[in-house]
Amino acid sequence: MSELIELTAAQAAERIRGGDVSAAELFEAYRVRAAADGDDLNAFTWVADGPPEDPQPNAPLAGIPLAVKDLFCTEGVPSQSGSKILEGYEPPYTATVVAKLAQAGTTLLGKTNQDEFAMGSSNENSAFGPVRNPWDRTRVPGGSSGGSAAAVAAGLAPWALGTDTGGSIRQPAALCGIVGLKPTYGAISRYGMIAFASSLDQAGPFTRDVTDAALLLRHMVGQDACDSTSLAFPGEIELPKGVDLRGVKLGVPEELTGEGIESGVREAFNATLALAEQLGASVETCRLPHAPHALNAYYLIAPAEASANLARFDGVRYGLRVDADDLLGMYTQTREAGFGAEVKRRIMLGTYALSSGYYDAYYGRAQQVRTKVADDFRAAFERFDLLVTPTSPSVAFRLGEKVDDPLAMYLSDVCTVPMSLAGIPAISIPNGVSDGLPVGFQLCGPAFSENRLLSAAYVLEQALGFDGSPARGANGAPA
Amino acid sequence: MIDRAQVLHVAKLARLALSDDEVEQMSRELSAVLDHIEKISELRLDGVAPTSHVIDVVNALRPDEPRRSLPRDVALASAPEALEQGFGVPSPGAS
Repeated sequence: MSELIELTAAQAAERIRGGDVSAAELFEAYRVRAAADGDDLNAFTWVADGPPEDPQPNAPLAGIPLAVKDLFCTEGVPSQSGSKILEGYEPPYTATVVAKLAQAGTTLLGKTNQDEFAMGSSNENSAFGPVRNPWDRTRVPGGSSGGSAAAVAAGLAPWALGTDTGGSIRQPAALCGIVGLKPTYGAISRYGMIAFASSLDQAGPFTRDVTDAALLLRHMVGQDACDSTSLAFPGEIELPKGVDLRGVKLGVPEELTGEGIESGVREAFNATLALAEQLGASVETCRLPHAPHALNAYYLIAPAEASANLARFDGVRYGLRVDADDLLGMYTQTREAGFGAEVKRRIMLGTYALSSGYYDAYYGRAQQVRTKVADDFRAAFERFDLLVTPTSPSVAFRLGEKVDDPLAMYLSDVCTVPMSLAGIPAISIPNGVSDGLPVGFQLCGPAFSENRLLSAAYVLEQALGFDGSPARGANGAPA
Repeated sequence: MIDRAQVLHVAKLARLALSDDEVEQMSRELSAVLDHIEKISELRLDGVAPTSHVIDVVNALRPDEPRRSLPRDVALASAPEALEQGFGVPSPGAS
């Protein structure tokens, strides 16, 4: 059984097609591990009893189990977005991207734990308890898609879906030593994703390697009549197969690689830059002058959108209700009881930024900064094919370390937020370890440059030879 | 910078019944975060157009064709209080 766990999703799909592994056998191998995890990593909030009754035997991803972040709506299956206000909620429909992947043959293995409404960088804000990092259980897996990242890293799932608003795929992928990709905004339908910040939210894959990321992404992209902000992906996502980086121009933004980056992370970053040069890439520093302001703009825009999106949780149509004598009391007491501390903080911040007298100084200015951040990237991509940075300024931090200091927690998103504001794609790949903990390397490119990104990430991955097996443990038992 | 009165005002707008402890904490934490965020006021942004959305899609409309919606019992299945085929709520009261 442990041999099956060592297969990547692409390899497993091949073995199933070849007939030497059955879909049921593969599903059971993962299901047993996911169910046995319990509150060890606490990666899952729900695990399937068995594979679906109507498998798609001839589909391209036939029989490959998929873990799905809790915030994707899955019909008849708990979809709680990590929140007490949605505890036990089972939606009447399924998110487009989950339905597309089911059509492509994947089987729903489980729903993964996350920061409440995707607000957090450590997965400590879940109403269902924190997720632990499989490399070191005293540390966070990152967030907000911490359960998806931990599940894939620990071999409890071959791959998983997450969402990224300001780094919620890339940062946990980095902290757990796996691959995480945030696609171009609009490339994937948001229909059925419980919304955090609608102009930023984007679904993406968590995988063990770059090939799997391309394979999963291929079946996720596409325009959807149910999401008016979705766009048709130009062309198809190709499986990467480059051998070198000859002719690839990499830019290193000074503003995202200077102070604040931990020394172990910096060493790994510099070593990867040297490796990229050996592989034929040119590496030069560049400027993104407004990037230092991106985090501030993000922490106005995202909470502002969240405060509007979360207005729907009012005890009327679904979820928790706290009874009160009148309607207003029911609203305010339901929301007080149902939302956790971080969600309340962001609702308050967003409501404040949108309130009369403050709108222009905060929300309006933040939207102007967003324009400047996007312009900086546009200018940089006239000179460079891709920009590279560390994914996270630090390796996985200790559980509880930043929980009482919201600002310190927000600063861990400093390298991932600028791409989110600009709506461009970015991928994190593991590029080494520091003190026994994985480090992530981020590459980003212009809108819809996913194939270019995947290709460069693949070449680096082959040369880096990162070994993620310690997190999966031996003999089929979680590490 | 954000005082107690402002916290209470914003909490009212956000429909949150914060406890006394939460009001104190919110005032402290939001002030610290806003101090950092305020740095965007140093930028010169005159004449810069705001970005509310990064993609160029305007008025994405679907064909105006009648279609079935969610059956009523399914739509009401998760409601805390389903009442006479609708969502039940307490009285809005006099205030």
